[in-house]
Amino acid sequence: MLTSFAILTDGLVYAAYLFIVAIGLTLIFGVMKILNVAHGSFYAFGAYGAATAVGIYANADWPAALGFLFMLVLAMTIGLVMGIILERGLLRQVYGKDEVITVLVTYATFLILEDVIVLLWGPQSYAAYQPMVSAGNIEIGGLVLSNYDILLVAIAAALALLAYWSLKFTRYGWLLTTVIFDRETAAAFGVNVTLIYTVTFIIGAMLGALGGAVMAPKIAVTLGIGVEVIVLAFAVVAIGGMGSIEGALVGALIVGICRAAAVHLVPQLELFVIYGVMALVLVVRPYGLFVRAQPRKI
Amino acid sequence: MSAILAVRNLEKTFGSLVAARDITVSVPAEQTVGVIGANGAGKTTFINMITGHLRPSKGSIWFEDKEITGQPSREITRLGISRSFQVAQIFPSLTVFENMCIAAAIARRSGGIFGNIVTPVHSPAATAEAEATIELFQIGRYREITASALPQGVRKLLDIGMAVVGWPRLLLLDEPTSGISIEEKFDLMKVAMSALKSRKITVLFVEHDMEIVTRFADRVLAFYDGTVIADGTPTQTLSNQQVQELISGVRLKTSVKKPGHA
Amino acid sequence: MSGRGQLVGGLMFLFATAAAPLLPDWIVSLATVALANALVVLGLVVLWRAGLVSFGQAIYYCIGAYAVALTARWTGFRDAFALVVIGGVAAGLVAALIGFLLARYREIFFAMLSLALSMILYGVLVKTESLGSTDGFSVATPTFLGFAPHRDTLGLSLYWLTLGVDAVCAVLISAYYRSVAGALAAPIRDNEIRVEFLGVSVASVVHAKVVISGVLGGLGGALAALTIGHVDPNMSYWTTSGSFVFVTILAGASSVAAAFVGSLAYEAVRSFAFDLMPQLWQMTLGSVLLLTILFLPNGLGSLVSRVKRREEAKS
Repeated sequence: MLTSFAILTDGLVYAAYLFIVAIGLTLIFGVMKILNVAHGSFYAFGAYGAATAVGIYANADWPAALGFLFMLVLAMTIGLVMGIILERGLLRQVYGKDEVITVLVTYATFLILEDVIVLLWGPQSYAAYQPMVSAGNIEIGGLVLSNYDILLVAIAAALALLAYWSLKFTRYGWLLTTVIFDRETAAAFGVNVTLIYTVTFIIGAMLGALGGAVMAPKIAVTLGIGVEVIVLAFAVVAIGGMGSIEGALVGALIVGICRAAAVHLVPQLELFVIYGVMALVLVVRPYGLFVRAQPRKI
Repeated sequence: MSAILAVRNLEKTFGSLVAARDITVSVPAEQTVGVIGANGAGKTTFINMITGHLRPSKGSIWFEDKEITGQPSREITRLGISRSFQVAQIFPSLTVFENMCIAAAIARRSGGIFGNIVTPVHSPAATAEAEATIELFQIGRYREITASALPQGVRKLLDIGMAVVGWPRLLLLDEPTSGISIEEKFDLMKVAMSALKSRKITVLFVEHDMEIVTRFADRVLAFYDGTVIADGTPTQTLSNQQVQELISGVRLKTSVKKPGHA
Repeated sequence: MSGRGQLVGGLMFLFATAAAPLLPDWIVSLATVALANALVVLGLVVLWRAGLVSFGQAIYYCIGAYAVALTARWTGFRDAFALVVIGGVAAGLVAALIGFLLARYREIFFAMLSLALSMILYGVLVKTESLGSTDGFSVATPTFLGFAPHRDTLGLSLYWLTLGVDAVCAVLISAYYRSVAGALAAPIRDNEIRVEFLGVSVASVVHAKVVISGVLGGLGGALAALTIGHVDPNMSYWTTSGSFVFVTILAGASSVAAAFVGSLAYEAVRSFAFDLMPQLWQMTLGSVLLLTILFLPNGLGSLVSRVKRREEAKS
């Protein structure tokens, strides 16, 4: 009984982490048809930015909530700036090219950015655990949970709701939906696709950085954190369907719960389970759970 | 051999939609048959059943006195039935010559699992076939041009040529002149039809242009609502009252001058 | 390969064979690994010509490597020739199996499924204590048909073995390119539906290409394992697959030799970058990849074709 509760809570927390990281990736792919390997860099920059922010406010002795907010804002600003630079400077060159070529461009960018991190922050690790510690713990049903983890789940839920609401009820959301559905027709109707691309990429970058920021208190902020995150985010996005935000949510939940189950019950299968589920879903539904096959255009 | 192609009581339903019903047609060898009818009348369903891409719900299809109903399309291609496409399906990054060569080499493959690996693609025989077919369809001067740069008419001729380089005995042409300007339609059909006739290929072609049909077909099948409503010479079919009402419209001239055969 | 191409290839091979004893050990070792990796790249090129990119090719590399390491460890059998064949066969069998699945996918989905499969292997290896988990384990020193070379000549022996395997594969793949199956790569990439309508099962052609690339990957991994003397799960990690794809882009798909030249170039750039700026070698590599994609989209091989075309235009 306790184990299943532990699996559920661990799974939810992990799912929250995956969703926050994956939503930006799937958004960018859905709108721009770009599988952005550099999303891992947004995550890493967000985490390092958060560590810097924590360093600043911890020394200046700010209240925890303000500090936390500052951390998020700084990280997302970094995401904003990176998004603008990458989109304007680099991605403009490769719009319209083969999807695979674009992936390789983002991969090359990721490699470059990995070392930019070293240039900016050096090779050492950073700790940013203050927000997690100051949030404290709570005991539910015999299990000790970190309030920070609960906050994480709340943030993820809020993001999901925000995404749902904006897509359904805001003008930008509708424009986005039309571009996701059929870029050419949207452009023919006068939708400013170039602007949508830029805005979307920036939002995606900020979300990626947000992911890194909220995770920074839980991990050791060190070189290479982007590497593992990308492939996890890919798995979630592939399961849910590329471009589908509800897919990212469901994919994150599936992976989160499965992984938690593996960790508690059969630890050897932890890594296998994530990619095994991905492979299984791709076999049954090659385009992911929430995306249907596109007819071939002649 | 009585008829090269015979279909008997052919029917195709998709759930509650009856796309084709009660089709019985017999085509003698080397005949050129025009197939007319509005969109959705069942022409493409008919063709797809013959090429093996759709399995008939009822009825049978016979090719050279052998039943081929329900056979997979790859097998049917191997037996000597080929098709070309309304939108020319060619390989845009290759030249006309390379397009034709690959089609010729495929047609001359050795059988078996390793047939693809064992057969060389530029064997003298395949290359000769490709050259001959290019000449036959009079697109020789485009030989070294990349297919993506070809004018529409040449693309169509290349498409048909690729379907024919393996010497099929029956060819199904899906709207060969669609997308071609009016001035060029007749010239295209003249080249294509004389090429096909010289190889003694039986031809079924779907067309919407009644003048093309009249000029080039020995026989016309009219489709409506999934079945054949008229079957005869072009004059007979096109002067059929139902055909005039439902498909072609009332003709202003009652007789058509048909030039001598090529 | 044209007659002239064969001549050039043969000369390059002879030169590479003869030059080795004159070079310092570390260069020979580096070149051996590069030439082993080149086989994986060659497999990727076979797929790329048909429009398929695998983001998980490292799975075969890893299988070939572990097959060698495990055979030596469990059976004590250490003959290099046999071990390499075992590596290739093991990877080929796995490729044949997953090929049934992969052959149904294209484009980004082919890439992602192959990625997933390679990460599954990684996950399994990392969690397997008996195989050393993340540390991996070492590979026994190989023998060559009973002859056990001294430490000094081991490096050269492995180099010549790798060169030999490379040469055999280069000849076989060139012949493959001249066959219908090999020539179907561009048509499948362009318009696979037309290929089907011409009577060819595209799925089976793609399946064959997956198997060929798998065997090549396994041979590469086996040779790498013997040369490096160590295997670990990282050989199946996505960054390893990424570096193979990197070289494929660098090399281009135009000729068989491009894979070997490209791999040597990559290894040279990587070592040079690492020596010069140990903290910034990734940035250097990334920049090289970016520049190649933007300005030489058909890889280094296309430089050669451009020179050839200019010569032909002049004459």
